[in-house]
Amino acid sequence: MLCGMIAELGHFTLILALMIATVQAVVPLVGAHKGWRGWMAMAGPAATAQFLCIAISFGALTYAFVTSDFSLRLVTLNSHTLKPMLYKVSGVWGNHEGSMLLWVLILALFGASAHWFGQSLPDRLKARVLSVQAMIGLAFLAFILFTSNPFLRLAEPPFDGQDLNPLLQDPGLAFHPPFLYLGYVGLSMAFSFAVAALIEGRVDAAWARWVRPWTLAAWMFLTVGIALGSWWAYYELGWGGFWFWDPVENASFMPWLIAAALLHSAIVVEKREALKSWTILLAILAFGFSLIGTFIVRSGIITSVHAFANDPERGIFILAILAVFIGGALTLYAARAGVMEAKGVFAMVSRESALVMNNVLLAVAAFVVFVGTLWPLIAELAFDRKLSVGAPFFNQAFTPFMVILAVILPIGAIMPWKRARIGRSMRPLYPALVLALALGGLAFAVSTGGSALAPVGVFLGGWLIAGAGAELWQRAGRRFARLGRLPRADWGKATAHSGLGVVFIGIACLMAWDVEDIRVAQVGETFTVAGYDITLSGVERVEGPNYISTTATMRVTRGGAEVALLHPEKRIYPVAAMPTTEAAIANGVWRDIYLVIGDPQDNGGWAVRTYIKPFANWIWGGAILMALGGILSLSDRRYRVAAGARKAPAIAQPAE
Amino acid sequence: MRWLILYLCLLAAPAHAVQPDEILADPALEARARELSKGLRCLVCRNENIDESNADLARDLRVLVRERLVAGDSDEEVISYLVDRYGEYVLLQPTASGENLILWIAGPAMLLMALGTAALYLRRRRSAPDAAPAPLSAEEKARLKEILEK
Repeated sequence: MLCGMIAELGHFTLILALMIATVQAVVPLVGAHKGWRGWMAMAGPAATAQFLCIAISFGALTYAFVTSDFSLRLVTLNSHTLKPMLYKVSGVWGNHEGSMLLWVLILALFGASAHWFGQSLPDRLKARVLSVQAMIGLAFLAFILFTSNPFLRLAEPPFDGQDLNPLLQDPGLAFHPPFLYLGYVGLSMAFSFAVAALIEGRVDAAWARWVRPWTLAAWMFLTVGIALGSWWAYYELGWGGFWFWDPVENASFMPWLIAAALLHSAIVVEKREALKSWTILLAILAFGFSLIGTFIVRSGIITSVHAFANDPERGIFILAILAVFIGGALTLYAARAGVMEAKGVFAMVSRESALVMNNVLLAVAAFVVFVGTLWPLIAELAFDRKLSVGAPFFNQAFTPFMVILAVILPIGAIMPWKRARIGRSMRPLYPALVLALALGGLAFAVSTGGSALAPVGVFLGGWLIAGAGAELWQRAGRRFARLGRLPRADWGKATAHSGLGVVFIGIACLMAWDVEDIRVAQVGETFTVAGYDITLSGVERVEGPNYISTTATMRVTRGGAEVALLHPEKRIYPVAAMPTTEAAIANGVWRDIYLVIGDPQDNGGWAVRTYIKPFANWIWGGAILMALGGILSLSDRRYRVAAGARKAPAIAQPAE
Repeated sequence: MRWLILYLCLLAAPAHAVQPDEILADPALEARARELSKGLRCLVCRNENIDESNADLARDLRVLVRERLVAGDSDEEVISYLVDRYGEYVLLQPTASGENLILWIAGPAMLLMALGTAALYLRRRRSAPDAAPAPLSAEEKARLKEILEK
C-alpha cells in the first residue's frame, strides 16, 4: 500500500518545496534589508530543505518509471516494460514534465550548494543571493504544479506504456539533457549574484571571485551538454551532420557564448576592478538567454511543427517568467548600474582591452545568432513574410566573428595587464605563428578544391594551440621545471584555449574534406571509397529487446589489411512504430569511416552510404579539452582558498 | 535535441536522404544538384535541407531540382522556379532584399556600435584618475585589528 503512495508523496513534497521557496524568497530578503541576522540566517537551511523536498519528488518520479507504474499518465506516455533500465531512468527527463522537474532539482541543488560551499560569503550577500535563487525556484515550481504536473494519475491504467521516443533511447541523448540543464540552470547563480549585487549597490573583486567558479561550472556543463548533443546528431542521424543551426540548438549556444564572455569579463572585475556594470549586465543576459532558450523549446513558437511541447498555456507562463525576471533585473540594473564605479586604469593596448574585444566579439556573435533565430518569427509578424533562416546564413554571418576572435586571442592572452606593447607581446608568439602558417600551408597543399576553409581553419586552430603553448612557456620563464609549478588556472586557460583550436581544426577539415559515396551494393560486392575497400558481407535480421533490426556486416580493408568490421543497422521500434538508423563508425584520430545501410532495392542489393569524415573526433575532443580547462581552473588554489577562508583564516593569501 | 526535427520526417518516410536511384549519371550536373539542395529547405522539416532530409517531400524536391537541371536550367533558374512554386520559405539562406536587409546588417551594425562604445570606454579608462582605495570602514578596521592581533 505504501508503495502505491510514493507518487503522491512526490507530489506532496513538490508542493512543500513551493512553500519553502516562498519563505526563502521573502524572509532573508527582508532580513538583509533590515539587518536582522536571524531572518538572514533562514536562507541557508531553507535552501537545503527545498533541495531535499525536490530530490524526494524527483526520486518518487524515478521510482514510478523504474517500476513501470502505468497508473501515472507520464509513465504510460513515455515508458514501456521492455525498455532497458538505462532508458527507463533517462525516460524520467525524456519528456516535458519530467525534464522540468529535473530543471528545478538542479536549480535547488545550485542554491543549496551556494549555502554549503559559501560559508565565507558575507551574510547579507548570501541572504540576498539565496532569496533571488528561491524566487526563480518559486516561479518554476509554480509552472510545474499548475501547467505540467508529472504526478497526474490515470483513472484506468493501461496494461503497458507507449514507449519512449526511440531516438531518445541512446546513451548520448540520455545524458545530453542533464548536462545542458546543469549549464542553463547554473547560470541562475550568476544571475542571483548579479541581482544581489545590484540590490546592495556594490561589486568588488571579492564578488567576482565568488561569481566566477559558478559561471565556470555552468559554462563547462553547457560545453559538455552541447558537445553530447552534437555527437549524438553525428552518429544517430545517419549522414554525419554535427550542427544544424536549429532554433533548439541555438537556444543552447547563445547562453554558452554569453557565459564565455561573462567568464572573461569577471576576470577583469576580479583583477582590475573595471567592467563592473558590463559584467552585471552579462550575468543577467546569460540567464536571460537560458530562459529564452527554455521558452523557444517549450513553446514551439519558432515553428508550428513541434513534437515536444506545443502548448500555448505553457509558453505564455514561461514568457511571463522571462518578463518578470529579466525585465525586473534590467530595471534594477538601469536604476543602480551607475553606482558601480570602476577603479582600474589601463591603456588602449592592454590585457583589459583585449578582454573587452573578446566580450564585444562574443556578445555580438550571440546577438547574430539571436536575430537569426528569431527572424522568421519577426518577418512573419511584422512583414507578413514566411521565410527560413538556415545554416547558410549562420555560416556566413557568424563565422567571421569567430575568425577575428581566434586571430586576436593568443595575443590578448599573453599581454600584460594595464599597459602592453604589441611588438613585445608578439615576440614569444612568433614560433607559434610560423608553426601555424606551416600547418595552414600543409592543409592548402593537401586540398584539391579551391576552398579556403581547410587552410584557414587549420591555420587558426594551430595558432590557438601553439599560442597557448607559447604562453605557458613564457609564463614558466622558458624553463621546463617551472611548467609544473604554474598555477592550475594558467594550465586551465591554456587547455581551454587550445581546445577551441582543436574544434576549429575539426570543423574546418570535416567540412572541407568530407568524402561521400552513395550506391547500391549486392551482398558480397566490394567497392572502393577514398582508398578503402568496402565489402558488404551480409545482411541479417536481428531481434533486440524492444526493436527489430536489419543488421549488415561490412568489412573495410586498405591495401589488403583489415581496417574494421562494421555493423550498420536499421531498426524498427514496433511500439512507437518508428524506424531509426544506427550508423556504424570506425573511429580514428585522423578520420572516421561512417557506414549506413539503407533500404533493399527492387532489383536486389541494398542502398549503402559510405562517408569518410576526416578529423571528426577533433570537434568533440576539443570540447572535452575546453571543459577540462574549466575543471583545471576550478581546482586552482585561489578558489579553494576562497571557499575555505572561513575555516582556515590563519592561511596567509599569497600576493598575486 | 534534433530528434524533434526528425520526428515528423521519419514518421513520414523510413527512407534515407539521397537515394542511389536519384543520382544523375552526369557527375557535373549531380554536383550542382547537391550544392543547390543544400540551400533548399525541406518544407515539412525543421531547418533541414532537402539533401539531408528523409521526408518524402524532400525526395520530390530533389528529383524536381534534378529534372530542371537536366532540362538545361541554370542554378538561378532552378532557384527562382522553386521560389515561385513554394515561396521564399524554401530558401535556407534568406535573400538580402527588402526587410531582410535588417537581418543581414544587424550583425555588422551591432559590431560597429559595440566597437564604438568599447573605444569610448577604453579612452575614459586610460585618462581616468587612479581612484584612491576607499578608506576602511569602522567595521573593517575592527576586523583588520582582530586578524592582525591573532
